[in-house]
Amino acid sequence: MRYTGHLDLHRAWERTFRRSGLPLAYSQGFHPQPKINLGSALPLGITSDCEVGDFWLETTLPVSEITAAVEKALPPGIRLTTVEEVDLHAPTLQTQLLAMEYEILLLEPFSGLDERLAQMLSAVSLPRQRRDKAYDLRPLIEALHRLPDDEQGHARLQARLAARAGATGRPEELMAEIGVPVEATRIHRTRLVWAEG
Amino acid sequence: MLTFTEIELRLERILPTVQKPGRYTGGEMNQVVKNWDTIETRMALVFPDIYDLGMSNLGLAILYDLINQRADALAERAYTPWLDMEAAMRAAGVPLYSLESKHPLRLFDIVGFSLPYESVYTNLLNALDLADIPLFSSQRGDGDPVVIAGGHACFNPEPMHAFVDAFVIGEGEEVIHDIIDAHRDWKRSGGTRSTLLRALAHIPGVYVPSLYEARYQEDGAFARLEKLTPDAPLPIGKRIVAKLPPPPTRFIVPYIETVHNRIPVEIMRGCTRGCRFCHAGMVNRPVRERQVDEIVAALDAALAATGFEEIGLLSLSSSDYTHILELVKAISERFAGKHLGVSLPSLRIESFSVDLMDALRASRRGGFTLAPEAASDRMRSIINKPVQTQQLLDTAREIYSRGWPTIKLYFMIGHPSETLEDVQAIAELCKATLAEGRKTIGNRAKVNAGVSTFVPKPHTPFQWAPCDTVEQIRAKQTLLKRELGVRNIELKWTKPEDTLLEAWLSRGDRRMSDVIYRAWQKGAKFDAWQDQFCFDIWQAAFADASLDPAFYTHRQRPLDEAFPWDHISIGVRKKYLLEEFRRSQAGELRDDCREQCFACGILPTFAGLRRENPGNEWKCPEVKSPAASHQSSVISEQLSAASQRSTGSNLQKQAL
Repeated sequence: MRYTGHLDLHRAWERTFRRSGLPLAYSQGFHPQPKINLGSALPLGITSDCEVGDFWLETTLPVSEITAAVEKALPPGIRLTTVEEVDLHAPTLQTQLLAMEYEILLLEPFSGLDERLAQMLSAVSLPRQRRDKAYDLRPLIEALHRLPDDEQGHARLQARLAARAGATGRPEELMAEIGVPVEATRIHRTRLVWAEG
Repeated sequence: MLTFTEIELRLERILPTVQKPGRYTGGEMNQVVKNWDTIETRMALVFPDIYDLGMSNLGLAILYDLINQRADALAERAYTPWLDMEAAMRAAGVPLYSLESKHPLRLFDIVGFSLPYESVYTNLLNALDLADIPLFSSQRGDGDPVVIAGGHACFNPEPMHAFVDAFVIGEGEEVIHDIIDAHRDWKRSGGTRSTLLRALAHIPGVYVPSLYEARYQEDGAFARLEKLTPDAPLPIGKRIVAKLPPPPTRFIVPYIETVHNRIPVEIMRGCTRGCRFCHAGMVNRPVRERQVDEIVAALDAALAATGFEEIGLLSLSSSDYTHILELVKAISERFAGKHLGVSLPSLRIESFSVDLMDALRASRRGGFTLAPEAASDRMRSIINKPVQTQQLLDTAREIYSRGWPTIKLYFMIGHPSETLEDVQAIAELCKATLAEGRKTIGNRAKVNAGVSTFVPKPHTPFQWAPCDTVEQIRAKQTLLKRELGVRNIELKWTKPEDTLLEAWLSRGDRRMSDVIYRAWQKGAKFDAWQDQFCFDIWQAAFADASLDPAFYTHRQRPLDEAFPWDHISIGVRKKYLLEEFRRSQAGELRDDCREQCFACGILPTFAGLRRENPGNEWKCPEVKSPAASHQSSVISEQLSAASQRSTGSNLQKQAL
């Protein structure tokens, strides 16, 4: 499941609703699209327990009924935490998102990890390239610190990265900056930080 | 050998480094994971190309479903990894494993490959190599899995005879159970590998190449196949099901995009049109149809189980399905407003087809596909696909006016005796079609012309015909490119080298195994991928094996030539194919055989099966006294016996 890209995840949700029998709303026009808005793209390989999405239905149904129908239809790897009704005029999720938090497990020892983190946090800027575009990673790191090691002695990090329009910090970029290959980590998204708290 | 947990651990490190890791994880909705330790017979189903393609293969989906319904057997999937993953697996020492339980393929009892077309042959070798299974049947021992293969390419199994222990000829739904039963009985009895192979050879529809030896004439031509043991069956008749079983509905739902994201349901198997170039039309006889209510019920169940956004109604010729209108009405009523795409391929060139697609509210985006195959009346008589040009243009006008801006026209060049004039006619027909579009919708009108190159296939009336040479193909393609380099016509063609590979392999003999092996050794794999196929490697492999590629492709084969695939019987007699070849040369058409039987041989071959399964799903006309040839009656007896085993319980019930 965690190797499912954003578009494929979108499709997995559409299929879930079709299996559930719930009347998912579609856009008008020649090529109607399901009205689904997933709050934040989850990078390939990263797990999460805090994803949020808006789904439009054609009719109003009791939340309990929706929950039961979706739960029965979910594919392996996706679990429902809560379902609530949202005002149709509420602002889109993306405009309300401020930051995202991650827990990162390092599968291999990394000597001088504390020094490296301190060095990065004290830097004025951390210039990087992503898809041929230069940007500064430093202002996107809102918090970065170590968590207690896990039982096997693997180092763990917690990071809070900005997630505003045009200013989104990516955990795999953070790892690259630290100097850890992404395949030597396990990254889990733990929290989405919203404008209204 | 690595255990499945060790494989999982290594995968965790590899997967983040490769493209589309979702191809290699398994765990999708509706996959079946059984208890490895308590299941008696474990079978791996392998599609020798990437996941994205293999997941859309209906044959394997059917077998997966059938095997996993058995309490005593399990089926798990494997595909060949793309180049990056293969390199990563080799570097990390990870063997080819099954997606469900991550067990190495070597630990399975049976490894079954789907061979739908010839250009996957080197991938089969590569998959075996990645799985640490000896490539050659002769090198496998008691501890190795039995390697079997089935699919359309296996109607000429000889080029792959050295690598596959047993081939399934024909339809797999019943024979797969016989194979698993035979394996189970053998395992319990603790016999040797050769006992197992001989047991498999006695199952109708199973061909074990190691029980035979090929003989050649002094000039190098194939002479005959000889039995190495007296009880080896000869000929080997294809297996069919008398009635199409209920279609599978619990399809695995991939997490990543695959080539067909749809629910495939066969509405009909076989075709009565008798196009002379068509391999599928000859080897899939007779026509058997499903009932409308069975199809609709299957779609209902499959939608609930998968949530797919598209359904595909599959057959070789949708328009010939007896209840097509009823089916289309039922589907459009039942699934209206559910935002489902419906694909209905292979429609006849007539305005009724446009009505059907309209009724299905089919998307206009992909264009409307018609397959005239040839453009001059002369060629149409030769290939036995009589399409009237005027009717095509009328249909095209109807298509454009009902909202499809693009028409896709499929043609083939290289049919026997084709001249540049016949090819010119293809160009003219494309332009005339576009002109209809211009008149109807103006400059929005488009024509996409897909012009592939004909490859003569075994078991067809054209099996004696030469394949065009690269020079001939180039001349024809140059003409098309010149004529069709106009605005709003898009031309697609097959590279001549790709055509040659298909041509070498499809009518090859046992000596071709050596060429395939050498090509694989030199790095050939993914030959079906234009950017991977390397013509030079194959040329060199032929040279190393001291074989002349032209011998397999460009010869006009003598009418009395023994073919390396003659021991495989598709139920259609060679005499009938020859008669069709002669009629073709005389420009004589052959009618659709739904109304009148032309005695191709299917009825006497399967007379017993049909008698035991009365009903009107089988679309051959009733014939009073079929003149059964000796060959077909032998097969008929074998099949009858097999079907009594498979349907034994039904018969008992009826008797009660």
